[in-house]
Amino acid sequence: MALTRDQIAMRVAQEFKDGDYVNLGIGIPTLAANFVPKDISVMLQSENGLLGMGPYPTEEQVDADMINAGKETVTASTGASIFNSAESFAMIRGGHVDFTVLGAFEVDASGNIASWMIPGKLIKGMGGAMDLVAGAKNIIVTMTHADKHGNSKLLAECTLPLTGVNCITRIITDLAVLEVKDGAFHLTERAPGVSIEEIRALTAGKLVAEGDIPEMQFS
Amino acid sequence: MAGFDKVVSSYEEAMQGLEDNMTIIAGGFGLCGIPEGLIEQIKKMGNKGLTVVSNNCGVDGFGLGLLLEDKQIKKMVSSYVGENALFEQQLLNGELEVELTPQGTLAEKMRAGGAGIPAFYTATGYGTPVGDGKEVKEFNGRPYIMEESITGDFAIVKAWKADRYGNCMYRHTAMNFNPMAATAGKITVVEVEEIVEPGELEPSQIHTPGIYVNRVIKGSFEKRIERRVLAKEAK
Repeated sequence: MALTRDQIAMRVAQEFKDGDYVNLGIGIPTLAANFVPKDISVMLQSENGLLGMGPYPTEEQVDADMINAGKETVTASTGASIFNSAESFAMIRGGHVDFTVLGAFEVDASGNIASWMIPGKLIKGMGGAMDLVAGAKNIIVTMTHADKHGNSKLLAECTLPLTGVNCITRIITDLAVLEVKDGAFHLTERAPGVSIEEIRALTAGKLVAEGDIPEMQFS
Repeated sequence: MAGFDKVVSSYEEAMQGLEDNMTIIAGGFGLCGIPEGLIEQIKKMGNKGLTVVSNNCGVDGFGLGLLLEDKQIKKMVSSYVGENALFEQQLLNGELEVELTPQGTLAEKMRAGGAGIPAFYTATGYGTPVGDGKEVKEFNGRPYIMEESITGDFAIVKAWKADRYGNCMYRHTAMNFNPMAATAGKITVVEVEEIVEPGELEPSQIHTPGIYVNRVIKGSFEKRIERRVLAKEAK
């Protein structure tokens, strides 16, 4: 069975280590904050200038001066810091943020990512995505393995305009966990009940599946 | 110390000298931390052909979106502009030009502009449409693109408190691009919630030293919220 959005987020959260600084993009990545294991602490970075993003506010806590990178009202966690946008991207570009999790339209076997622009559709902009993929030490892409028409999003070569080059090393989809290296997608885990053949059928780029590929574990 | 008193009492005075075809650098992220009254004053003055450098362009009827109503903006330099219908319409009609710039690059362009650095190298955008036509240079085996800095004829900034000398403090995430914008204007105008006397702000807590600031005006702010999300609605 393909994973739900929450299950993808749950699997993402298993990657976090105690003490990690993490930037979560909009969509499935944001959900990962709900599944951080209870015995570890991570600090969420919001690129508009907040390190230590807390939960959404209560009615009483709502403050127009307190928003996240998605322009949503938000709170600061204990021990948070707030800074200007140049400082915020200094920590991103400078490699100080441990993890970036973001969505994508396409990823290819060279680790290129396309996530911001579909020619012919209205182009809204890249926001901070290009800076994030250029700077984070570890980037995890979360997306469905195929689009709604069944076309693979893991390609030999991206077809859409890129967000960044040679920067993606890890992908967590609704079907699999994959590592990107040496020009191929290396399958490391399968969603429960999903076969290697099913994953191969929906992976357009070169897929390497060596030996016994374990299923993802959810506690 | 009258020479250091930056306070002006009217919006006319605050934006005096703004002319057609000028470049304005504006602080703010979405509708958070925007100089609401200064934007309204620019609308009132009706200057045309403006280039506006700001992360976003407000929403229909509020913030920088107001300047679209009378087609005052010729060009926007922004990282994300998807929030208003009028913007989309003018873009598709070819009445408005947009230079999409990655958010971190945009912040650094302002910072560098204010700091007297004409250009810098960044990995951001290399190999993407953003890097097209830009100089590429390798450092330690990694390719970087050259990005030129930005300065403006005017910078319009929103701060929380300022003293009469123009020393500014920002509040929470309403800081965003404002400190960089403040450094990058030939004339920097700061609209604040509260003006205090020199000495009332703790010197080491000041975010923007008054040297960058030419005019300070006390505003009144609506502080509209773009996406009000509450704890119980969180998915």
